[in-house]
Amino acid sequence: MTFNANHPILFIFVGAIIALVLAQSFYFLFKSIKRAKQLGIAKETIKKTISASAIFTIAPAVAILVGVVALSKSLGIALPWLRLSVIGSITYETVAAGNALEAAGMSAATTITDPSIYITIAWVMTIGIAAGLILVPFATKKIQSGVNKIGMKDKKWGEIFNNAMFLGMISAFLGYVFCDVGAVISGDTSGLIPVCVMAVSAVVMAICGLTSARFKIKWLTDYALPMSLIIGMASAIPFNMLLGGN
Amino acid sequence: MKKKNLSYIDSVHRDGRIWGIIVGGVIIAFPIVLSIIFGAFPNLSILAKGLLATAPMYWAVGIIEIFTYVPMLGAGGTYLSFVTGNISNLKLPCAIDAMERANVKSNSEEGEVISTISIAISSIVTTLIIIVGVICIVPLTPVLESPVLEPAFDMILPALFGGLAVVFISKNLKLSIAPVVLMLALFIFVPALNASTVGIMVPVGVIFTVIVARILYKKGIL
Repeated sequence: MTFNANHPILFIFVGAIIALVLAQSFYFLFKSIKRAKQLGIAKETIKKTISASAIFTIAPAVAILVGVVALSKSLGIALPWLRLSVIGSITYETVAAGNALEAAGMSAATTITDPSIYITIAWVMTIGIAAGLILVPFATKKIQSGVNKIGMKDKKWGEIFNNAMFLGMISAFLGYVFCDVGAVISGDTSGLIPVCVMAVSAVVMAICGLTSARFKIKWLTDYALPMSLIIGMASAIPFNMLLGGN
Repeated sequence: MKKKNLSYIDSVHRDGRIWGIIVGGVIIAFPIVLSIIFGAFPNLSILAKGLLATAPMYWAVGIIEIFTYVPMLGAGGTYLSFVTGNISNLKLPCAIDAMERANVKSNSEEGEVISTISIAISSIVTTLIIIVGVICIVPLTPVLESPVLEPAFDMILPALFGGLAVVFISKNLKLSIAPVVLMLALFIFVPALNASTVGIMVPVGVIFTVIVARILYKKGIL
């Protein structure tokens, strides 16, 4: 078959894989909702979880779509569509494809016409992040039962341990927000943009939290995270103009 | 696929493994299928160069991520997230927020189901948005690539973790001081720490915070 990065057969295969992944999500969705009902979790809580998760997902999903568009220039639409709907993340797939294109001596702006290069790039993107995909089915149960033992003996410590994990992860990402701040000394203020965006998002979250507690507006806390996310992202536009990202 | 006398969590592990092996196998088989249909084979020297630049780092991060994220995502959430991807920038914050609002802990069965529901919904919505985007790629491209919007899409992580940090730090003020100070100092003063190495720093932050928590708990401060 003559190769073309947007060949219809690619879309058929990619579409089939994505349908399979969707089926897996629906399977676990129905399974967990059924269990939630058995556990006596209020219907309202389940509904809120569904609607808030869906709304929260919109902005990050659009950002992922931006990654598909960027990669489609060199790889066609099908491969980026697959890679960004499964396993990887925007950061990973862009880096992996970039490394493979660079190894092939190609730029990210020209569409690949050589099937061998296209397949090579598909391999790099697939193998480069396969660790999680291969290990998760075999390691998850062991890790989970190991960690659960920590909370069993001492319930209070179990809760603190749980909070400590989340805080540790969040603090790593907070640190990351400040990673380019050092460049301010040499006159490059663009490192302050993520710090300002984070501050805006934090302030929006704090206002939502305080207002909903003061005036008992429950829906405000349900949508506080998507609101702080979107307002934070939007604030990047004026901050970028002021502090000069480009 | 049903067996008797299997606890919910065990059945999640069984189904998660089956799905994981099937979906993982299909994803890994995709490049092989490409070779067969187009009758072309990978260029080994480019493959080696590309992998050398990509795999060592992402395999290391991937293995570390499993150990760090399984306790936070729960079993069902893990099986789904590691197939659908975008964990730290989407699935994990989504699940954390859902558990926080439902007032359940990730190490309880209630936390397990709430986390799974939120990650399943998030995966489905992401997939659907990308499908719509791919269908409308021609009219959408100028909007998505507009230089005005670009900084907003680049700033998703700071915008996400600013809000999450407020929720968690305000509830655990005493415990958060040490890890936040440590991470700020590391990221500001160690130039090698940046967007691509943050994945390695997550477990460092988690282990450090758990140790600090243990010390504070033993001293009766928490």
